[in-house]
Amino acid sequence: MAVDFNAEVDYVARLARLFLEPDEKKRMAGQLSDILKTARRIQELDTTGVEPTSHVTEVPAVLREDQVKPSLPLNRIMQNVPRRDKGYLKVPRIADSQQDQD
Amino acid sequence: MKYEVVIGLEIHVELLTASKLFCGCSTAFGREPNSHCCPVCLGLPGSLPVFNRRAIELSVTAALALKSEVQLRSRFDRKNYFYPDLPKAYQVSQFDQPLARGGYLAMEYEGKKKLINLERVHLEEEAGKLIHAGDSIIGAGHSLVDYNRAGIPLLEIVTAPELHSGEEARLFLEDLRTVLLYAGVSDCKMEEGSLRCDANISLRPAGSSELGTKAEVKNMNSFRSVELALDYEIKRQQQVLSAGGVVNQETCHWDEEKKQTFSMRSKEGSSDYRYFPEPDLLPLVLEKSFVAELARTLPEMPAKRRERFQEQYNLEKKEAFMFTGNREMGDLFEAVAKIYRDYRNLANWIQGDLLYQLRESGKKIKEVEPALLANLLRLLDEGRINRPVAKELLAEMVQTGTDPVDLVKERGLEQISSRESLLPLLEQVIAENPEAVENYRQGKKKALAFLVGKVMAATKGRADPAELNRLFEEKIQG
Ligand SMILES: [Zn+2]
Repeated sequence: MAVDFNAEVDYVARLARLFLEPDEKKRMAGQLSDILKTARRIQELDTTGVEPTSHVTEVPAVLREDQVKPSLPLNRIMQNVPRRDKGYLKVPRIADSQQDQD
Repeated sequence: MKYEVVIGLEIHVELLTASKLFCGCSTAFGREPNSHCCPVCLGLPGSLPVFNRRAIELSVTAALALKSEVQLRSRFDRKNYFYPDLPKAYQVSQFDQPLARGGYLAMEYEGKKKLINLERVHLEEEAGKLIHAGDSIIGAGHSLVDYNRAGIPLLEIVTAPELHSGEEARLFLEDLRTVLLYAGVSDCKMEEGSLRCDANISLRPAGSSELGTKAEVKNMNSFRSVELALDYEIKRQQQVLSAGGVVNQETCHWDEEKKQTFSMRSKEGSSDYRYFPEPDLLPLVLEKSFVAELARTLPEMPAKRRERFQEQYNLEKKEAFMFTGNREMGDLFEAVAKIYRDYRNLANWIQGDLLYQLRESGKKIKEVEPALLANLLRLLDEGRINRPVAKELLAEMVQTGTDPVDLVKERGLEQISSRESLLPLLEQVIAENPEAVENYRQGKKKALAFLVGKVMAATKGRADPAELNRLFEEKIQG
């Protein structure tokens, strides 16, 4: 299976909103190829009858009671916010309408 | 060519919890922007989410109400995308191991009963709210973000593509809303966004089994706009296909002002959400007994109640729909029916005068005391008050919650219907209105109403009108 790792790096970089220099891209393509090679080796293992694992512990999730607790004061929320407008965070306008999302 | 319309809906409802899904921030609507935020719902490094038990209970309750099969083990995943309404750059959702699978909703359409199947019911977190302030000078070209909503538990319900018109989709959505209101899981207010609906819609040649290319329609903010938007989109796709064109797989935005859909952007290459298991949340494992207890406390659902109302109270189908379409109205009917047996009369009063008085006074059905309504109807049945007085007392009862029995005593409103009390009044009116009497003698019905009205006025509306009619007839025609 031939994979164009340069295209793959472009694609992943775009998804992650990363801007890579040409030499960075080249380095990443090599690393990506190595990582996938390792993954492919693992995939060679026979996993018939083994439940897919998403978490390493078998402890089920804990539930908490539905109780309101104090939230952060506004100045703390805004502490790392680059731009604000009164109580709102201010961001560049992305699109006229909502993006495809839930 | 004839086309068949295929519609599937994706419905989101905010669950009625006090705190958010993963943190203790309040879910209250309409507060100061960003006043209900904390490190967890803002996704600050080092914070960890913990499930809200109530959110899980409400989700399971909703699934049970929709006959969806609750999974004792389900998993949460990160859905990754960049958009400013998402503080973490991912939404915690459920991908391939949802909380519940399948299910259906029974509905009636065009006189026929049908089941609309569901694909799944899952739990996720709500995103923040964006305000596009581009039109004002201050915010030109910017959006304002409020994260109060971010992290509120959100239930997603996905139907199978089994709806076939805008009207059917709207009716389904209304029925679904009623079920969710009965189940008590959400307040389902479309205008506040606690109930939202997106639709996938495609057309195929009639008789074909293959699905056509679908468009997704968003931003339908009312039941009416769901119907309008889908009907508009059906027409649009029909025109494209009839002209030999192809429908693009795209997302459309319903414009409420212009009453048309607009393509937002091609879906091609847009969504790669790179779902992966949320490492911060362990799998959700439910005890059988937990689910069984919620099933036991699930209230009767509207479709069942509708049938029971027709049988038990001998109501007409239309009435049963009306009384069960609103849980509170059905509750009031049943509460009164327990202590007042003339169901027919009760049904008439509720759907007529009571609803009118509620509208007039702005009071809620829940505020009506069942025992007082029963008292009022009994006063009328026993002939102790007449109908116009009953209507007045109803208005007052709704307004102030006063017992009609007390009002009758206090104000001496008892109906006057005995012959000996009415005759002197009658004779006086006859003596004072010779012209009307003559007219009535010559067969003018209006003259009788005039004479009856005179006695009613003299008794401040307390006389028994039927008895008056009888007595005038006897005295004048007799
Ligand atoms: Zn929070």
